[in-house]
Amino acid sequence: MPPRPLSPHLSVYKFRYTLTTSILNRFTGVGLSVGLLLLVYWLMAVASGAHAQARASRLLSLPVMKLVYAALIMAFCYHLSAGIRHLVWDTGRGLERAQAQRSAWLVVGVSIALMLLVGYCAWLAGARAP
Amino acid sequence: MSLRSPLGKVLGAGAAKQGVHHWWMQRLTSVALVPLSIWFVVSLLSLPSFDHASVVAWMRQSWTALFLILFVLTCTWHSQLGVRVVVEDYVHGAGARTVTLVSVTFAHTLIGAAGVFAVLKVAFGAAP
Repeated sequence: MPPRPLSPHLSVYKFRYTLTTSILNRFTGVGLSVGLLLLVYWLMAVASGAHAQARASRLLSLPVMKLVYAALIMAFCYHLSAGIRHLVWDTGRGLERAQAQRSAWLVVGVSIALMLLVGYCAWLAGARAP
Repeated sequence: MSLRSPLGKVLGAGAAKQGVHHWWMQRLTSVALVPLSIWFVVSLLSLPSFDHASVVAWMRQSWTALFLILFVLTCTWHSQLGVRVVVEDYVHGAGARTVTLVSVTFAHTLIGAAGVFAVLKVAFGAAP
């Protein structure tokens, strides 16, 4: 094989906070895949009838699951904001260093605002649920 | 200096033999998931209750069922594309990587099929 240029690797980069926004997008994405698993488990339980759903609900309404849902909400809000930032980048805009640093903070700000909003709505929905 | 062979340039398929297909599908599913995921979160959190009757009534509405199916399928596809890249980046060794990628693809196929099956079963009134 001819020697080919090796793409820069994790250990090559100097740490920058913009790097955190990138790796967080990946972490939250993997986390949301686990959330998808939970969603489909719940849908299958609903489709299997009231008894099956009640059995699944015992697991899904464990106190520890509140932490899981909070994490999923945070992951969703972050992945959505950061994903839109990536889609903007794909059009070739916002790739300058100063712009990327600004949009990193924008993504953090917007996703925290979204987390608070969705978290509040989820808390209200949880309060309505039996 | 270009390192690409003339044949490689013509085919435009790159080392993965897929060209930009993976990249493009990831973007396409992202764009679709912006409205779908917002719809899902708003719709789920607007449910009056999470008991069986309320959830079934929700899922039996035609538009809800349709959008739920699209949401589950697009999520599954997007997740498969994403997890695949993570595995390709961090799982080393051809054997381990292939086994992991095959498992990831099988798991996602199962998740997608189960999600669609569940929604259709409830939507068509077959849930007990």
